[in-house]
Order: sequence, then C-alpha cells, then structure tokens
Amino acid sequence: MRKNTLLFLIAGIILLLLFPVFLPRFYVYLLSIILLYGLLATSLNIVLGYGGIFQFHHAVFYGVGAYGTALMLTKTAMPAILAFIVGPLVASALGFILGIICIRLSKLYFGMLQISLGSLVWAIVYRWYSFTGGDDGIHGIPIPEMLSSYIGAYYYTLIITAVCIFLIFKIINSPFGSALQGIRDNPVRSEMIGINVKRHQILALTIAGFFAGVAGSLFVVVDNTVFPDMLFWTLSLEILIMCLLGGWFSFMGPMLGAGVIVALRTFVSTYTVYWALVLGVLMIFVIFFLPNGILGYFEERFKKVFMGSEIKE
Amino acid sequence: MIPPGILSQIFVGLSRTTILFIVASGLSLILGVLRIPNVAHGSLYMIGAFTAFTVTKIFGEGQAAFWMALIIAPLFVALISLIAERGMFQFLYEREHLMLLLLTFAFSLVFGDLVKLVWGGEYKSVPVPAIFQGFVPLFGGLPFPIYNIFLLVAGPVVAVLLWLLTNKTKIGKIARAAAVDREMVGAVGINVSWVFAIVFVIGCLLAGLGGVLVAPTVSVTLGMDHNLIIEAFLIVIMGGLGNIWGAMLGALIFGITQSLGILVWPQFGIVFPYLAVVVVLLFRPTGLLKSTW
Repeated sequence: MRKNTLLFLIAGIILLLLFPVFLPRFYVYLLSIILLYGLLATSLNIVLGYGGIFQFHHAVFYGVGAYGTALMLTKTAMPAILAFIVGPLVASALGFILGIICIRLSKLYFGMLQISLGSLVWAIVYRWYSFTGGDDGIHGIPIPEMLSSYIGAYYYTLIITAVCIFLIFKIINSPFGSALQGIRDNPVRSEMIGINVKRHQILALTIAGFFAGVAGSLFVVVDNTVFPDMLFWTLSLEILIMCLLGGWFSFMGPMLGAGVIVALRTFVSTYTVYWALVLGVLMIFVIFFLPNGILGYFEERFKKVFMGSEIKE
Repeated sequence: MIPPGILSQIFVGLSRTTILFIVASGLSLILGVLRIPNVAHGSLYMIGAFTAFTVTKIFGEGQAAFWMALIIAPLFVALISLIAERGMFQFLYEREHLMLLLLTFAFSLVFGDLVKLVWGGEYKSVPVPAIFQGFVPLFGGLPFPIYNIFLLVAGPVVAVLLWLLTNKTKIGKIARAAAVDREMVGAVGINVSWVFAIVFVIGCLLAGLGGVLVAPTVSVTLGMDHNLIIEAFLIVIMGGLGNIWGAMLGALIFGITQSLGILVWPQFGIVFPYLAVVVVLLFRPTGLLKSTW
C-alpha cells in the first residue's frame, strides 16, 4: 500500500515534469493555473477542513499576496526574490489581523464578519487608483528573465506548489495540526486539556493566509497581471466549492476540486457565456449527492469494499 | 448648527439606507430563524428590481404601474423562493450550515445568469411614479426629492409591520420558538418545516420589495446584487443576528457613516461603514442588540 502510493507519487511528478515537452502552450498555462488554484484551495482547507473555521473570504489573502508581489515588482527596484517573499508575508500579516478581529465570534458569525472585512480590503484596492491601479489592476508586471517564458513559469509554479503542499502536509501532521483537528472536533474539550484554542486558530489563519499569498504571487508569475476581482468574494466562494467538490476531509481533495473546476471553466467558457449557471447547477448536484466530495466518495467506497472483504474472510 | 447642504445629503443617504434596511431585515429574519446566511438574497433583490422594470413597462406610464410593480414583484420573488425552499433547502436543514451557504451561493450564480438570460445585460431604468416626482424645499430651502421622503416613511412602516408579525401573531411566535429550539417546537405538534418555509419566503419577499423600491433611484443592472449583499451582511452583523431593530440601528449607522464619509473623504467614503462595524464589534462582539441565538 505504502509502496504503491510512493510509485504513484513518483509517476505523477515525472508526468508533471514532462508535460511542457509535448503539450501546447495553452495547456501548460492551464496546468499552471490549476496548480496555483490547487495550492490556494489546499491553503483554505488548512482552516476549513482541518480547523473547522468558516473562512468565507479566503480570496483576500490570495489577492493581497498577488498585489504585494506585483507592487514590489513594479514600484520598487528591490530584487525580484524579495517581492515573492514580501507578497505572501503581507498576506499572512493580514490573515493574522483579520484573525484577531474575527476569532472572538462563533462559526457563522465569524464567516460573515470575515466576508465583510475582506470586502473592505477589496473596496480599498478597488478605489485606490494611484497605488493599486483601481479597477484596471496592474498589467505587464516585469518578471525576472528566467520565469518570463511560459515554460519557466510552469516549472516555477510546479516547484513552489510542490514545496508548499509538502509543507502543508507536514503542518497538518505535526502536533500543531493534530491540536487543530482536536479543536475542530471539540473546542471545549481541547480547551480543558490545556490547548489555547484561540492562539491555535489564529496561527492556522496566519499560515493559511501565507500559502494563499504564495498562490497569489504564483499568479503574478504565470499571468503577469493583477486585478481587483482576485479579491472579490465570489472567487472565495468558488474556492470553497473547489474544496467541497474534491472533498475537504481528504488532503488532496481541494487540489482535485481545483483541477476539475478550472478545467471545466476553461472548456465551458469556450462554448457559452453562462459559466456561472453551469457552476451553480454543478454545485447543487455536489451538495446533494456528493457531500464528502469526489475523493471522500471514493475513500468511502474503497473502505466499504475493503471492510467487506475482511468480514468475508 | 449643521449646514443645510450636509443635512440634505445625510437625509438622501438615509433614504437609501431604508432600502438597505428592508433587504437586511429579510436577511436577518432568515438568519435568525433558519440560520442560513443567504447569499442569494442579493440576487432576489435584483430579480425584484428587474421584475419592477417589466411590470412598469407593461402597465405603461400610468399611475398604477408603480403600485402594481410594488405588489407583483415581491410576490414573484416570494414564489421563486418558495419553490427553492420546498424543492431544495428543506432537505438540508439537518446538515452543516456551510452546505446551506454554498447552496445559496449556487442559487445566486444560477439566478444571476437567469437574469442575464431573461433581461439581457443592458442598463434598465424605472420611472419615478408620478405622485412622487419633483422636489420639496426642505432644510433651509434646498430641494429634496419627494420619492426619498416616501422611502424614509416606508422603512419604519416595514419595520413596524415586521415587528407586529414576529411578536404579535401566532406564526411569529412559533417562528421565534423554532429559532431557539426546533425539535421542541416539533415535539408539541407544530409542522416546523412549513414554519421555516413561511419565514424563508417572507424574508425573500422583503428582498424583492427592496428591489422594487430601489429601482426608480438607480439604473437596474446586472451585478447590483454583489455589493448589496455585503452591505446587508454588515448591517445584520452590526445589529445582532435575527433582531429587526438591530437591523434598523445597523442600517442607520451604516447610512450615516457612509454619507458623512463621502463628505469628508470622497474617494474612500465607502470605507467608513466598515470601520464602524469593526469598532462596534470590538466592544460588542455579537452586535449592538440582542441576537436571537
């Protein structure tokens, strides 16, 4: 079992590394977008699936990370590497601040306040023409030579995403991750055994903000643009759907969900302008028939098959 | 004394927030009883506005057109919400709230595209009804639109009616009991499912009503739902979930901070209501007035 997983992993990595060799430019670009959205959805899942916190407006951190990187690249003469670090750091600082303000409230209340304050950030970005470019955003961001080609951007996205996913995996399986899941399942009992619930949750929000910011900085590399819609709340809910569709109790679920939704959006949009309608109907189906997501569904099935055979023996 | 120009500006702002209040009170009602953060509320408001456009067009320029819209559009929205509630939402009440939120989001996506499909993407305008056209001199002789006075009256009227409904009628009392303990209400032999449906429909009807009332003051267009729902969320959070007077107080604070903010700093006037929310929540984490849960 363990060996199989490892083999799958290695095969997957080799495949991902080889894609640009035989795929046309458009698909490589699409794959980069899928990877960074996957990272974004996985970062949300740290707090949503593992922390049980209703982070309704996660796109804010993605957008702030992207804007932070873009502004550093366009407005300052600092080395580019610094921009890719500052963006996510600003996003995680914002995650920390919003976390402190919102964490005192209970579940649904938290989510609603978070979506509102996130919209405040959106409003500021949208209005601040002289600094953020207002509703136009920033275009033609100067990217370092090495990453400016689509293949360079793809490999950069792939490496950073892989590293981040690995780090998130380590965090989830660390004592901190276990404490977080304990809080999700029973906050009162966790408090009783000496876990500082609020501090753990705020730390989780900060970490999630950081990785969302990384995803944002990846978008700058892949697309060379930023725009205010990256912080709009509809995108946040779209990320939530990615988590739901893939399965938020499975580690790779959000990644899968992101892949399905981004791919579907790209192909549906070539046929019709009513992508939102398609997404809405798809969501209704998922909510009613696949409440644990695609991966959750398969895990359940396999568990049943496995357990069934065990009983027979 | 406050200069009349500023006073006039504030009152125009306040008349807009009465619409926000009407929409937010519906949202608050649904949140308080059903605990659904209804993202589709904004879409229903938009459908209300577009329906008002169609109805006024059918009835022409006559006096009756606006009043017909005021009756037909909210009922149309109520019908849509009834179908959605009976067809979809009622099966999910036992599940996590997150699922309900995502379902309402799915509906807002579907509604948004259906509106685009039915009415198209162009700007639509609804005429101000004849008896409310024109201005009256108020605040040191500055002209004040009559329609806005009508709005300023409509808000409190809706508030009082809603208060009477939830506090003085049997259905309102049952709904409030169901908000606190759904199972217990079911145990004494009341069909809670239908109570929830009625509350949901009334809440959505208010969204439609807000849409009709706003239609003559703005250009009716796609995307008018997106900003409104966030503003309504803010108002509800500020006032306390499920509390009608809280929604009213929240709307007042929202309106005043916004119109003052625009006077002080036009570019970032939009930011001030958000700051007000943060300040309120720092001191009262569950809103200004007592929430139902």
